[in-house]
Parts: sequence; C-alpha cells; structure tokens
Amino acid sequence: MQHLIWIIPLIPLLGAVINGLLGYRFIKTLGEEKGKRLIGQIACGTVFISFLISLFSFIHLLLRPIDQRVLVNTVYTWFHIGNLKTEVSFLIDPLSGIMILVVTGVGFLIHFYSIGYMGHDEYDEQGHRYISYWRYFSYLNLFAFSMLLLVLADNILLMFVGWEGVGLCSYLLISFWYRKQANAVAGMKAFVVNRIGDFGFLIGIFALFWALGRHGIWTVNFRQIGEHAHLLAEDTILGIPAATFITLFLFLGAIGKSAQIPLYVWLPDAMAGPTPVSALIHAATMVTAGVYMIGRLNFLYSMAPVTLTIVALIGAATAFFAATIGLVQNDIKRILAYSTVSQLGYMFLGMGVAAYGTGIFHLMTHAFFKALLFLGAGSVIHAMGGKQDIRDMGGLRKYLPTTFRTFLIGWLAICGIFPFAGFFSKDEILWSVFNHSNPVLPFLPKLLWLIGLLGAGLTAFYMSRLVFMTFFGELRSEPAEPHGGHGNDARLRDQGDTGPHGHGDGELQGHGNEEVISLSPQREPHESPWTMTYPLVGLAVLSVVGGWFGVPHFLDPVFGGHGGVVSPAAETGEHSTTLEIFLMMVSMAVALGGMAVAAVMYLVMPELPDLLSIRFSRLYDLLLNKYYVDEIYQAVFVNGLLALTTASTRFDLKFIDGIVNESARVTAAFSAFNGWLDLRFVDGIVNTLASGTVFSGSRLRKVQTGQVQSYLFAVLGGVVVIILIRTFI
Amino acid sequence: MEIVARLAYILVVIPGLISLFMLEKHVLSWIIFFPLIGAAVILFLPKGQEELMKRVAALTTFFPVVMAFYIFLKFNRTSTDFQFVEHASWIPYFNIDYFLGIDGISVSMVLLTALLSFLCIFASWGIDKAVRGYLCLFLLLDTGMMGVFAALDFFLFFIFWEVMLLPMYFLIGIWGSPSRVDPDGMVRGGPYAAIKFFLYTLVGSALMLICILYFYFVHEPHTFNMTKLMASNTSYSPRAQWWLWVALYIGFAIKVPVFPFHTWLPDAHVEAPTAISVILAGILLKMGTYGLLRINYPMLPQATVQFSYFLAVMGMINIIYGALCAMAQKDLKKLVAYSSISHMGYVLLGMSSFTPEGINGAVFQMFNHGTITAMLFLIVGVIYDRAHHRQIEEFGGLAQQMPIYSGITGLAFFAALGLPGLSAFISEALVFLGAFQRYTLITMISVTGVILGAGYMLWTMQRVFLGPLNPKYATLPEINKRELFTLVPLGIIVIILGFYPMPVLNLLNTSLVQLNELVRSFL
Amino acid sequence: MNMIVLEHYLLVGAILFCLGFFCVLTRRNAVAVLMGVELIFNAANLNFVAFARFGTLNIDGIMFAIFIIMLAAAEATVALAIVLNIYRQLDTVNLDEADLMKG
Repeated sequence: MQHLIWIIPLIPLLGAVINGLLGYRFIKTLGEEKGKRLIGQIACGTVFISFLISLFSFIHLLLRPIDQRVLVNTVYTWFHIGNLKTEVSFLIDPLSGIMILVVTGVGFLIHFYSIGYMGHDEYDEQGHRYISYWRYFSYLNLFAFSMLLLVLADNILLMFVGWEGVGLCSYLLISFWYRKQANAVAGMKAFVVNRIGDFGFLIGIFALFWALGRHGIWTVNFRQIGEHAHLLAEDTILGIPAATFITLFLFLGAIGKSAQIPLYVWLPDAMAGPTPVSALIHAATMVTAGVYMIGRLNFLYSMAPVTLTIVALIGAATAFFAATIGLVQNDIKRILAYSTVSQLGYMFLGMGVAAYGTGIFHLMTHAFFKALLFLGAGSVIHAMGGKQDIRDMGGLRKYLPTTFRTFLIGWLAICGIFPFAGFFSKDEILWSVFNHSNPVLPFLPKLLWLIGLLGAGLTAFYMSRLVFMTFFGELRSEPAEPHGGHGNDARLRDQGDTGPHGHGDGELQGHGNEEVISLSPQREPHESPWTMTYPLVGLAVLSVVGGWFGVPHFLDPVFGGHGGVVSPAAETGEHSTTLEIFLMMVSMAVALGGMAVAAVMYLVMPELPDLLSIRFSRLYDLLLNKYYVDEIYQAVFVNGLLALTTASTRFDLKFIDGIVNESARVTAAFSAFNGWLDLRFVDGIVNTLASGTVFSGSRLRKVQTGQVQSYLFAVLGGVVVIILIRTFI
Repeated sequence: MEIVARLAYILVVIPGLISLFMLEKHVLSWIIFFPLIGAAVILFLPKGQEELMKRVAALTTFFPVVMAFYIFLKFNRTSTDFQFVEHASWIPYFNIDYFLGIDGISVSMVLLTALLSFLCIFASWGIDKAVRGYLCLFLLLDTGMMGVFAALDFFLFFIFWEVMLLPMYFLIGIWGSPSRVDPDGMVRGGPYAAIKFFLYTLVGSALMLICILYFYFVHEPHTFNMTKLMASNTSYSPRAQWWLWVALYIGFAIKVPVFPFHTWLPDAHVEAPTAISVILAGILLKMGTYGLLRINYPMLPQATVQFSYFLAVMGMINIIYGALCAMAQKDLKKLVAYSSISHMGYVLLGMSSFTPEGINGAVFQMFNHGTITAMLFLIVGVIYDRAHHRQIEEFGGLAQQMPIYSGITGLAFFAALGLPGLSAFISEALVFLGAFQRYTLITMISVTGVILGAGYMLWTMQRVFLGPLNPKYATLPEINKRELFTLVPLGIIVIILGFYPMPVLNLLNTSLVQLNELVRSFL
Repeated sequence: MNMIVLEHYLLVGAILFCLGFFCVLTRRNAVAVLMGVELIFNAANLNFVAFARFGTLNIDGIMFAIFIIMLAAAEATVALAIVLNIYRQLDTVNLDEADLMKG
C-alpha cells in the first residue's frame, strides 16, 4: 500500500492531461453526447480511483498501532543542491489521511454533480459558445491533483507546489467564463491576493530552512522539522523569536489562502465561478489549506504563543465580521461565501487556542455541510434559470423537494443543532476556547468565546434567513428565460452582481416582497436531474453523521496529545463535564435564538426587515456594502501601487533615460565644439599649407611652357651646371 | 529540391564525415564555427532563393543543437575541471592562445544558445527584407555568442564579445522598426535603439578591455589564459582589485542590465525584430551575469566579497523596480522587457548569497529565464504579426479567438511569475533560500517581487486575453504550426524542469559549489 | 703608327652630339628635331664602337651599337607617327605651336 500512495495524486493529473489535450478531440470524433459522457467518466473515474486508494490507505493506517500510523512514499529526488535535498515524497498520517478522504470523497461527489450542472452548452451574450465542458473537467481534475499534492506532501516545498497549484486552478475556474470582464477580474484578484499570502508563506519557508540550518539541520521535510523544532527555542530572526517569526509569516500565507481578515476580499468575488467550483474549491477544500498547514506545522505554532494569540484573534474577528456582512446580503452564493469566511474563522479560532484537532474536525464537517449547501444553492439556481437573488425566490420547497430536504440538513448542521455534524465541531472549538488560558491576557479566551458565541448566533440568523426566503412563503418571481441552455444564466448573473451598490437601492424600495405570481406548469421551477440530487443526498448523510467520529482523538498522534480539547479544567474532574454540558446548552440556545429571530422576521412578520433597514439605514448600508473594504483597498493599495508604477516608469523614462539622452546630447555638443576647433585651428594650419602650395604652384607653372625644346634647353643648362660643379669643386 | 539535397550533402554529410574524426576533440570549435560555414554558404546562394537561405540557416543552426545534446550527454557532472578543452597556441609572441573549454558555469548557457538560435531562425521566417544579410549576421552573432561562453583565453573572449556586438547593431538598426519622431520630440526607432545599445555596450567593452590588459601585464609571464589568471587571484593589491572589480562590474552590469544601466534594454527590445529580442533577452543578458561569475568571482574574490552586499542590493532594486516599471507599461513587448530586468535581479541576488543554493539558483535562473523570456517574446511576436501593434489596452478577449495561443501564453505567463511546478519556481526558490541566509531583510523585500510579478502578468493576461472579444480582432487567425514549433519545445522544457530539474542542476552544481567555496574562503 | 687613337673617335662623336643637340634645340620643325635626335644616337654609336675597338667593351659595344640602330629605327617610326598626329591635330609640325602641355 505504502508504495502506491503516489498514484493518489497522479491519477487526477492524468485525467486532467487527457481531458485537457484530447477533450476537444473526444467531442469532435465521438459526437457531442458520447464525447461529453467520456469526458465526464474520465474526470469522475480518476477521482474515484483516487478515493478508493485513499480509502485503502486510510484503512491500512487504521490497522496499524497508534504510534506507527505514518505511511511514507518517496518517489524521486526533486532537487538536491548544496544542503537542500527536496524529495517528491508523500506522507499519510491521520491528519493527511482525513484530508485525502475529504478531498477525494467530497471531490468525487462534486465532480459527479458537475456532469449534470455543466452538461448544457454555454453561450455568451453574443451567442458564441464557450469551450467549456472538457476545459472545466480538466481544470477540476488538475485541482484535485494539486489539492492532493498539498495535503500529501512530505515537505514544505512540495506542499507549496500544491498550495500554488490550487491557487492556479482557483484562478482558472473563477475566470472560467472569461468573456465577462468581472469574472476575469475576480480571478485575477483571487490569485494576486493569494500571492500576498504566498509572499508570507515563502518567507516562512526560507526562514524555517535557514533557522534550522544554523543548527546544522538543513531540511524542508516536515518530520525532520518536527524532530528538530525544539532547537529553535532560543533563536531569533531580526530580533524576533525564530518560531514566532516563521509561524507569523506562514500564517500570512494561511490568511491569504483561507480568506481571513484582512485578505478575505477575494473569496466573495470568487463566487463568479461555476457553483460546483464554489462548493469544492471555495468552500470545502482549497480555502481550508491554511488550517491544514497550521495543523501540519502545529509543533512550530505551539512554540510561538504570540502567533497563536494572533491566529485566534484574527479567526474570531473574521468569524464575527463575515457573519455580520452575511446578515444582509441577498445573493444566495454570496451569503454562503461570507458564511464560509466566517466558518474558516472558527477553524482558525480553534487552531489559535492550540486545539488543532478541533480545528481540523470543524474543517471536515464544514467541508460536508458547506459543500452540501453550495450544491443545494446550485440546484436552486439551476431551477431558477440562473437567478441568484433570494428576494426573487420563495416557496421552492414545493418544487424542489430533494434539494429542500438536503438543504435543511445542511442548514441545521451549520447552525450547530444537535446531533448534526456542525454542532459537535463548533462546540468543541468553543469549549476549547473557553478552557484556554492565556498567560499574558487572561481575559482573552473568554472574550474570544463570547465573540464566537455571538458569531454562532448571527450564523444561525442569516442561514435561517436564507432558508426561509428561499424555500418558504410563495415564489416571488418566475425563473429566468433560459438562454441557450438552462443553467447558463446563472453565470451571467454571477458576474453582474459584483457591484456593491446595485442591489442596495432595490432593497430600500421594498423589492417585491408581497407580489405573488402564478406560473404556468412549464415555467415552474423543477427539480434537478439525479446526477445532481444524488450527491446532495450523499453529502446530507455525511453532514448528519460527520460529527459522530472522534476525529480530534484520532489526530492525537499528529498533534502530540494536543489534538483533542486542551482543557486545564479537565484535570479538575467532573466539574468540567457539567460546565461543558452547560456551555453546550448555551450555544444551542444562541443558535436556536438566531433561528427564532429569523423566523419572526421572515415568516411571521415579513414587513419587519424593511422597517428595520430603513430605521437603521446607516448600519444597513455599511453591512450591505461590506464595510466598504473593497473600495478602501482599491483606493489605498491598488491605486497606490498603480501610482507607484507610473512614478517609477516616469522616473525611468525622464530621469535615468534622461541622463543617458542628456549625456548623449552633451557629447554631441562637445563634439560640435571640437569640430569648430578643428575647422578653425587644426584645419587652419593644414589649409595654410595647402594654399601656400597652390600659390607657389601658380607661380611656378609659368616655367612649364609646353615646348619640348625649352625643356631640353633647361636640361642642357643642368648638364652644364653639373659639369661645372664636377670640374671645379 | 535537388539543390536542397546537394546543400544538405554539403552541410551535413561532409561535416558529418569530417566530424567522425574531429568531433571528439573539437566539439566546441564545431559548435562555434559551424554557423559561420552556413553563413558562407548563404553568401554564395543565388539571389531570390530566400526560402533556401532560411533552410540552410535552419540546418546550420540545427547542427549545434545536436552537438549541444551530445555535450549534455557527455558532460562529466562530477568534475570541476574544464571539459571539451581545446588548447593551441595562436599568437605565441603575445602568449595568446586558442583556448576553449566549458564547465558548469557555461555549459547550460551553451545549451541554451544552441537551442534558442535554432528556434529563432524559425521565428525569423517572416523576415523579407535583405534576407541574406539578415541570416549571415544572425549566424555570425551565433558564433560570437557561443564563443563568449566557450572561450577561456581573455583575448579570444574579447574578440567573440565584440564579434557579437556588431551584428546586433545591424540587426536592430536595419531590421528593427524604422525611425520615427515620438510625441516628446525624441527620435526613436530601430536606428536610435541600435546606436544606444551599441554605445552602451561599447562603454562596457572598453572598461573590460582595460581590465583585461591590466590582468595581462601584471601577470608574469604575461598571459591571457583565464585559468592561469584565476590561479593567481590573490596577487593584486586591494586597491587594484577594487578598481578592476568596479570596471568589470560596469561592463557586465550594462549587459545584465543592472539598474541604472538598463535603459537601453526596453528600447532595444521594442525596436528589434522578434527573433533578435529573443536572442537579446535569452542569451545576451546572461553574458553579464556569466561574466561576473566567470571573471569577477574567481579572479577577484576579495573584491567580490567586499561588493557582495552591494550586489544583493542591486539585485533587490532590479527585482522590485523592474516589476514596478513592467506593471505600468502599455506596450506588451516593453512589459516583457522590463520583466526581464526584474528576473535578472534574481540572478544577482542569488549570486551574491555565497551559498550553494543561491549560486545554483542564480545560474539555473539564467537558464530558465532564457527559455521563459524567449517564449514571452515569441508570443509577443505572434500577436504583433497579426495585429501589427502591441498596445495592451487595445486587445481584449483573444482567448476566444485564439484558444491554443492563449493556452501557451498562459503557460508562459505562469512560468514567468514563478508558479511552482514550472521551472522558474525552482530557481527562484533556490535563490531566495540561499539569499535569505545572508541577507534576511533584503530577501524579504525582494520576495515582494512574486506579488508584483503575479500582478503585472495576470493583469496583462486579463486585458489581452480575457473579457469580451474586441470585434476588431474577430478574424485573427490562430497560431500557426511554425510558431507552435518555436514555442512548444520551450514549453516542454519549462514543464519538465519544473518537476524534474536535476538533469540541468547536475550540470551546474559541481563547478558552482567549487566556485562558491573559493569565494567563501575570502569571507 | 697608330695615329688615330680613341680620342679622335670621341672627338668626332662629341662634335656629332653637339651638332645633333644644337639641331634638336634650335629647329622648329619636328622632323628636323627628329633628325637631330638621330645624330645624337649616332654620336653614341660611334662612341660605343670606339670603345669596343680600343676600350674594354669588346663585343658588347658592337652589340649596343646594333641595338641602338634598331632602337633608332623603331623610335623614328613612333616619333613620325606622333608628328603625323600632331600635324593632324594642329595643322602644323612647328613645335613652337605645340604647347598643349603648358602649365
């Protein structure tokens, strides 16, 4: 088994290459129908094989004694220069074991779902067909490859390959419908913001390599780093304790990838991509890479309490702020996006109190229920012919029974209702936070707990709002006119919706809430095909049972006993158990409270939201426009950078090149002066000589008579003179 | 066709037969001078046979590719000595030798030169003005470039260095864009760029010549032999070392080009024809850093150590400044030109680190930049041939019209921004890993280059290829087979070296580690 | 009884030369100048022969004389052709008027 691990990531890569290079041929030679089927089979099949191998490996892992649960497969030496030996090798331990199961399992379901969702031809407004089907699956498989590389990597450089690979796929898939300017911009934004994080991640890697190297341990391998991390205890880099320095910069990478404050801005825009992509990449797997990274390097983070505090603070802040934005959004995917950001905040909160196991646990359950919610939203959008505004929906439970039921499960799971998955993981995080002790800021854990609790209430509220507005009441508008093929408009709307102001105005005017429309049977929303609903059911099951496993304790070997709840209180015995149950009750109550408020506002008194939004219009606008963060970033960073680039170009052109051109001009002027000097002075002498010669010549020419005899006479004279000289001298 | 066969006979079979006897001993001479033979043949071809001339040129540049492959296979990766050495007395009176040889520093450059020269002949297939002259100058240039990388005698080195310069001047000046007056009143265009390039480089050559002569006369007995000069690298006074280093540095910095000597580069690139831009960026720029490694490092190690911090700072400035300037460019080719400045900064930074990782990364980055920037310039050439301009803002949505082209461009752009899994990532990571050990802060600032790189590359991608298709270009033809032929091999190299860089890194490693040890001993 | 010795010959040769030279210098007619030139040649011939007879030149002197006779004949043809051309050009053989080479 150990020697087959490399197949897990390789197979999806193979699928990506085959579909990427030959997908076009398939459709051309086999025809539309068969070609698409083949492409879908290749894409799903490869991921499924990966899933099976992952499952076998995982079982293999489980069969081993707890302290030997590590499988390593070294494939080849990637590069070996000087002290740096980097191998392409894969590691399966409980942590990456869970991750590969989530990635391939959820990944497979979403691949499968995509067959139905992406099955229709895509056209842009001008009626041009997108090259979409094989391209989509090729990207998706490439993503699976990169994500598996990320989680399986045995060293941090290889992990970074996966880390950037998923970023690339995210870029490609966000701007999948590239003809929309907004999509292209969103993709670019995602990649560049991620790169800001990568900047930190890279510096973290370099610092780590060097810091250990100073002790003679030159390595990038996780296990070796873990073995020797204790050497860094006394070190400093630029005056900062080495562990803190390294982990802080690595955490910057996590902030970028996992969309935390202040780099979360790309994720809501990333919803421009196809909905299954949002489910897989921007909810279930890629965005959790940051959490996974902290888990993988937990031994370093445990050495840096300052970093951990910052992680917890940022996590809590993100959990809360994203939830507040989610309260008033109207785009179904956007609400889910902010909810993702918020849930990621919870995971970091868990990591930040060194309860790594709970963070990973929440990562897993979140992957299940958030993928479910996104796919459910995709089904809704599909049924609505592409409309994404929840104010246009309503009463869909009649038309979409399966989607509705599964969506409900996802809703209960994310709200943290017993016994759904989200309850266990979220509660464990809050419990760990409550029990955490911070030696420097003793009040901090309780404060964070309070924020987390508040966030949970908000989550319950906005998710309930979403559910009530979408599935309950009466349908408020008919599905959009199919354009080309149905399901297609969804994407066109996606992009139009990125402007922060567009919908705000409509809302204040009391956007058709009471309007009830009657539909002809053909125009009714209808349930999605089985290829789309089966994955929903599968994920729904996982969302129910996902929390019943003792994931944190399973992870103990990786986190060195810190996997589960770190509770100093646990030592004090049964007291903690009652406290734990009490806190559980509190958080359930908060969640139920949030749901109840939403029920009142959106089921019992539908006019209340509008009244409130007018009463608190300032706050409402602020939230609706997401605290104007995008605008601030645009004004400060983007425009600042552009100004800087313009300035440096001008500097280049005017100053440096100016000097060059100026020196050329000076040289030219100097040579002109030289030329003058030459003409007047040096040439003067030459000319004088020449004119003297001319003058004497004009005089002497008289001698040249042209008569032979006169010359001869001169010769005679010469001879006579010579003879005379010879004779007398 | 008959004449082609006959030419093939002349160009391939006869040299082939000769080489059976001579190849083993004279690989480098063949690789250097074979293009000249081709140039001679082209000179005697009848007028009007432009197609034939191009084929001959392609054949003559293909031969060095074969030889380069031979070198690649035969090169002893564990030896620090010069290999494929050819040594003969040339002008005994002045102790001038015909002395060729390659080691880990130069071997990758020889491979790169052979490959790019060959591909560039195909990139120049569209040239229709004075083809004979163009090809002859191009082949002469090829000889000069190969010679620079293989020469181990200073005199020979200098001759090749100058031989390379002259064809470049004409190739930019004559086959570049015509002269024009810009709105700011400056006369620009091919001739302006050519003279600018020529004068800049000539300043460098002059300084280099002074240094060469100094080396020559100080050494007893007088010699131009580089290996001997390397062996006596401690015999100069610190003051002399300082001056020599600075003079040589300026000479090489102009080539690299290092800020603030870089302004010839955007002009030369923008005005030159595509193939010449490729050669310029792919190979000529490397001569600067190659010269530093070949001459400054081993011959003046003490001064090198003194200046290492300075080198690192210059590397940082190049990375950041080049990227910032690139981002603001409106001309696609100028953008690529500035990105070259940025990428050459990595080489300087890696070199200055005095760690095996850094110095290997630097030379590997030279190689990778050669392939990637060649792709970028070829890509610009493709679009310029079709749209006849390069203004980024005027394009849009080309991905719809030219999907294959866009895909390849995507590959090149992501390679240029250092995406892991592609070759440039490994060199950049090595550079940073090395440099971080010596210059923590400088490296941290330099790493912001990865953000800026992603910024300008993707922004360009978005403006040119994504978004709605500009109706003006709705009939643009897809990339053709010849253009694909120039791009695909480079793309494959970029991908393979991303996942398995050892074949090339092995070539470099031994010599570079030794060089690094040498310099480190003066720290 | 050798009354006639080398000096006599040389004297005659000198007289011949002077006459010839005088003719060349004073005659205006080109043909007459040519005749003067012939006289000079023959003065030289006489000297050669005399040296061959009395001096050490021996057969060489005779050879030179014969050579010069041939040369004179050739020279005369060329010179007469030139004169003819001068006449065609200038309608005269008067050398005073043939001063095209005047500086």
